[in-house]
Amino acid sequence: MKVLVPVKRVLDYNVKPRVKADGTGVDLANVKMSMNPFDEIAVEEAIRLKEGKNGGGVTEIVAVSIGEQKSQETLRTALAMGADRAILVVSDEKVEPLGVAKLLKAIVDAEKPDLVILGKQAIDDDNNQTGQMLAGLLGVGQATFASKVELTADSVTVTREVDGGSETEKLSLPAIITTDLRLNEPRYASLPNIMKAKSKPLDQKTPADYGVDVTPRLTTLKVVEPPKRTAGVKVADVDELVAKLKALGVAK
Amino acid sequence: MKTLVWVEHDGKTVKDATLAVVTAASKLGEVDLLVAGSGIDAVAAEAARIAGVSNVLTADNAALEHPLAETVAPLIVKLMADHDAFLAPATSNGKNIAPRVAALLDVMQISDILSVESADTFTRPIYAGNAIATVQTSDKKLVITVRGTAFEKAAPEGGTANVVSTDSAGLEQSVSTYVGSEIAKLERPELTSAKIIVSGGRALASSENFHAVIEPLADKLGAAVGASRAAVDAGYVPNDYQVGQTGKIVAPEVYMAIGISGAIQHLAGMKDSKTIIAINKDEDAPIFQVADIGLVGDLFKIVPELTSKL
Repeated sequence: MKVLVPVKRVLDYNVKPRVKADGTGVDLANVKMSMNPFDEIAVEEAIRLKEGKNGGGVTEIVAVSIGEQKSQETLRTALAMGADRAILVVSDEKVEPLGVAKLLKAIVDAEKPDLVILGKQAIDDDNNQTGQMLAGLLGVGQATFASKVELTADSVTVTREVDGGSETEKLSLPAIITTDLRLNEPRYASLPNIMKAKSKPLDQKTPADYGVDVTPRLTTLKVVEPPKRTAGVKVADVDELVAKLKALGVAK
Repeated sequence: MKTLVWVEHDGKTVKDATLAVVTAASKLGEVDLLVAGSGIDAVAAEAARIAGVSNVLTADNAALEHPLAETVAPLIVKLMADHDAFLAPATSNGKNIAPRVAALLDVMQISDILSVESADTFTRPIYAGNAIATVQTSDKKLVITVRGTAFEKAAPEGGTANVVSTDSAGLEQSVSTYVGSEIAKLERPELTSAKIIVSGGRALASSENFHAVIEPLADKLGAAVGASRAAVDAGYVPNDYQVGQTGKIVAPEVYMAIGISGAIQHLAGMKDSKTIIAINKDEDAPIFQVADIGLVGDLFKIVPELTSKL
């Protein structure tokens, strides 16, 4: 069984984003970039399925990334964690979730994986769309926000995080899963594995190779900082806090 | 512009999140609602009373009892032949269904909008709310999810919409089936619609402390209880208590952050609250940079004292 894991290179989650003064976007020059945290969880889950935990039966893991040339580093990270090979679709222009989903559909058509595991959202655009769009384009089942995955030869049972609790769905394969934070704790790549990852296969493609038009549908007119909160006051003790709460009308 | 709004409901009543979406949709034009489910007459009647709604389209089918995206999306795509925009709340169901609809319509979804600037231009948060982007779409049909806390709620009464039954024959659960769910029982107000939220973090140190310290204060204030990711990961409270980029986005009148340092992922979920109150023993904690009222000290002394004095 083959699993496809799309990964995205994003601003590291510990870095505070800085909005550019000209309002064209967030400054990504000379800042630390990493694999999107939800995608690390997706890679980890694929590896665990290959290792035989939670069902198993996975024999090959293919990591895919779409973006600038440097996304190669993100794919090497996935390979070092345990993916078997990688495909990089190089695009210097930003590709929107719809374009990414169309490219992934073309890759799925070529690679015929039984399962595609994506992160539930990328922490830069916060869109939370790509997995659902891919499932729609392929006409297959989707289990979003997964916190537990159990795989058998012809189906996958997924527990999903939903408002108010959790929900379980059973999907026939092939299927699309998007990961939530609680699915697993991703492993660190060891130094020997990082060295080994350098010799694993990494194919380079372009959107044109797949015949996919990735022209953006949305234009970002401007990006601004959110309204700043005004400086607050510190109170000295509980009595003062109680008085403030009374003034706010939340306590009598 | 004719808009179609997906109504979030539990089979009995319309969820509050829908009301904010109606407000957003009314800024674009005429509002129709879609109530899909099984045995939904009461929900449809309630939806028809929401102010500002023209038609309530109902799809009553056993296959729709649980809103699986695979079953609901084709229904919505069919109805979009007569509508220009589809709007859903940015809840877990809305986020699950809307992008599938967008892909089937070959349009880019605009996620989690904060405002409607014009018929094709919207604002939305990116980078965990650290930046606000204004985006313009070139798509002919719009698919949008709406951040509930960013729009006023439409009045739940006063409307007189027509209830129109739509053809939902042929819908079935095929590639995916619903197995079951575990929904946490809430005795307190729901997090996303609460006026006051009392939230606890890692500093509570145990589940017992969380219940003993946070909950009495919440009950005294009639508040909902929230938590940081650290508190959830440590097992102090269930997942659905989590406020933040990956949990729930809230904007209550008053948000009390107790023993929460204020990581950017947490702030993303609560920094639009009207008043933020922080209690933390570390006076350099980032939470104090956004708090309107701060109290530095040991929460295990302060919170019980506060509870007793209210």
